[in-house]
Amino acid sequence: MLDIKDLHAGIDGKEILKGLTLHVGTGEVHAIMGPNGSGKSTLANVLAGRPKYEVISGTVTYQGKDLLTLPTEERSREGVFLAMQYPVEIPGVNNIYFLKAALNAVRKHRGEEELDAMEFLQLAREKMKLVELDEAFMSRGVNEGFSGGEKKRNEIFQMAVLDPKLAILDETDSGLDIDALRIVAQGVNALRSEKHSVLVITHYQRLLRYLVPDFVHVLADGRIVKSGGKELAEELEQKGYEWIEEEVAAAR
Amino acid sequence: MSSVLDREIPLSAIEPEHIDGEPERVRHIRSQAAERFNALGWPTTRLEEWKYTSLAALASNDWKFDRKLPNDRTGTSPFGEKAAAELMFVNGMLYANRASLANEHPGIRIVPMREAMDSELFAQHFARYADYEKHAMTALNTALWQDGAYIEIAPGTVVEGFIHICSISGPVKEHPVMTQLRNLIVAGRGSQITVVETFFGAGPYFTNAVTEIVAGEGAVVDHYKYENESLDAFHIGTVQIHQERSSNVTSRTIALGGGLVRNEINAALAGEGASLSMEGIFVLSGRQHVDNHTVIDHVAPHCDSVELFKGVLDENARGIFDGRIIVEPDAVKTNSRQTNKNLLLSETAVIDSKPSLEIHNDDVKCNHGSTIGQLDEEALFYLRSRGIGAEEARNLLVYAFASEIVERMKVPVVRETAAGALFLRMPGRMAEKLGRTEEVIN
Repeated sequence: MLDIKDLHAGIDGKEILKGLTLHVGTGEVHAIMGPNGSGKSTLANVLAGRPKYEVISGTVTYQGKDLLTLPTEERSREGVFLAMQYPVEIPGVNNIYFLKAALNAVRKHRGEEELDAMEFLQLAREKMKLVELDEAFMSRGVNEGFSGGEKKRNEIFQMAVLDPKLAILDETDSGLDIDALRIVAQGVNALRSEKHSVLVITHYQRLLRYLVPDFVHVLADGRIVKSGGKELAEELEQKGYEWIEEEVAAAR
Repeated sequence: MSSVLDREIPLSAIEPEHIDGEPERVRHIRSQAAERFNALGWPTTRLEEWKYTSLAALASNDWKFDRKLPNDRTGTSPFGEKAAAELMFVNGMLYANRASLANEHPGIRIVPMREAMDSELFAQHFARYADYEKHAMTALNTALWQDGAYIEIAPGTVVEGFIHICSISGPVKEHPVMTQLRNLIVAGRGSQITVVETFFGAGPYFTNAVTEIVAGEGAVVDHYKYENESLDAFHIGTVQIHQERSSNVTSRTIALGGGLVRNEINAALAGEGASLSMEGIFVLSGRQHVDNHTVIDHVAPHCDSVELFKGVLDENARGIFDGRIIVEPDAVKTNSRQTNKNLLLSETAVIDSKPSLEIHNDDVKCNHGSTIGQLDEEALFYLRSRGIGAEEARNLLVYAFASEIVERMKVPVVRETAAGALFLRMPGRMAEKLGRTEEVIN
């Protein structure tokens, strides 16, 4: 599904990812954990194609295509979804209109017929239940006046509607209470299948209790320094990140 | 009447253009106004109020009156048959009158100005608010106007639907013509009325329109000015609002067209407890120049005014917001807010924003502010990250910026026309898709 090789990237002339290599197979759920400043968000943003992030070297292959040459919207249409750490508020752009336009752009790209208003509403209602979002939110502006938790649930709702092949969750769990966390996990678990891959980027292990990953990687100073199974997340939770950083320092 | 047709009016020194049989008071006002115009001359950029807009190109032209239809155009209303009543003017002369049904109501009188000059309320209000002593363009209109709409609503009458005053202009046989439309709206005590003025046309011409609105005690008046003149046209328009006690006026200006446009929207809150909402949206591209000039005069105590003007400027367009709020010494407990927000879509578009407050007592709550910004890169990225193409994302955000004002428009056909026109102005033609959104929202 996703093959990242020796990726060097950064922002404002500062190198943050310093040779990151990661392979995500189809149907797998990977968690990337790491302390603040290790490059977690840079990785998410580079994969989604956020402007201002510069790729210095390395390759990212997604389903056999060079992901880095695709414009942001093409990546999305090809099935890459980024649940953002800080979803923006866009007053005046109606949530439902926005999501319908997005879904139809994706469907058109896939050669599928565009959904009409009724079909779309039916799908949206079904997915809203999954993330326990009130329908009233849908007629408001995108994320307008949403609480932090509502914004994150809206991200998961959009993910559920767009049905991406590769979902990247950038610290979706930060700042969520336990109920919201459970709802987010529920949304992601519903997407899980042998055809979908998920990359969960997080600082904490909490979310991983509900969303059990197949693989856990530790990111430190722009590189994956340790990989393992789900038990690695628990170890990190107990011991913190210091021992990893010490290990890395000792190996230099 | 024929005396004014097909005749050049040299605008360097004007003569009053009397209408046959006009009452003595109107004759007198016309003559005075002509004298004032000749004394004041064309406004120049040396005047503080005109510092951003030069009328040199306008003043040097020769303009004619003509009520023939412009070349190859027929007068069709942009709103079809949706208005409760409609007066349509071509080059400032009456072309179609669809007011008879509304006039069956004893409290409603909608007639061309020419037919209203003998009425008592006309005599009482005409030329009383739009100041031809000080303002040259108002003087020009007052001296030259040939027709327009007169709307008189009796106390307590609620007019269902909206009344449409439609101005269509265009040159006749290559001759540049001018439209000097003059309207007077008198809403009696406790009445309610919605009036929509539209301006459009083709080719080069010059519109100089003046509308006076009197909102009587407790009257509710919604006024729309929808300006979509030809890109070769000059448009100068003054809306002068006079509010009596506890009246409630909403003024909305939509400026989309015109090569050189001056929108003057002025209101005097003259009676205690009056409230005013003044909104405007201007969307410009190419080399358009649109100067929005507003004055809100708080004369009486306990009045509220909220003003919001938004501008979207692309390419080499030039926009101006010059808004003044005056709080007179007696206007204690005034509550006033003035905001101007602008979105620049190109490096070469220019906006001058000049909100100002002039407060003459210390028992008021007033604030004002203006912003100038570009499209939000974060929002653009967000939309694109969901599969929406760059151009469509840009259009969505521009529409979102303007929609705050468009979506508050209460008359559905005006709102839809404005929304459609906004999308047509953007690349990518989103109008159709917008039509479909409405279903989704509802």
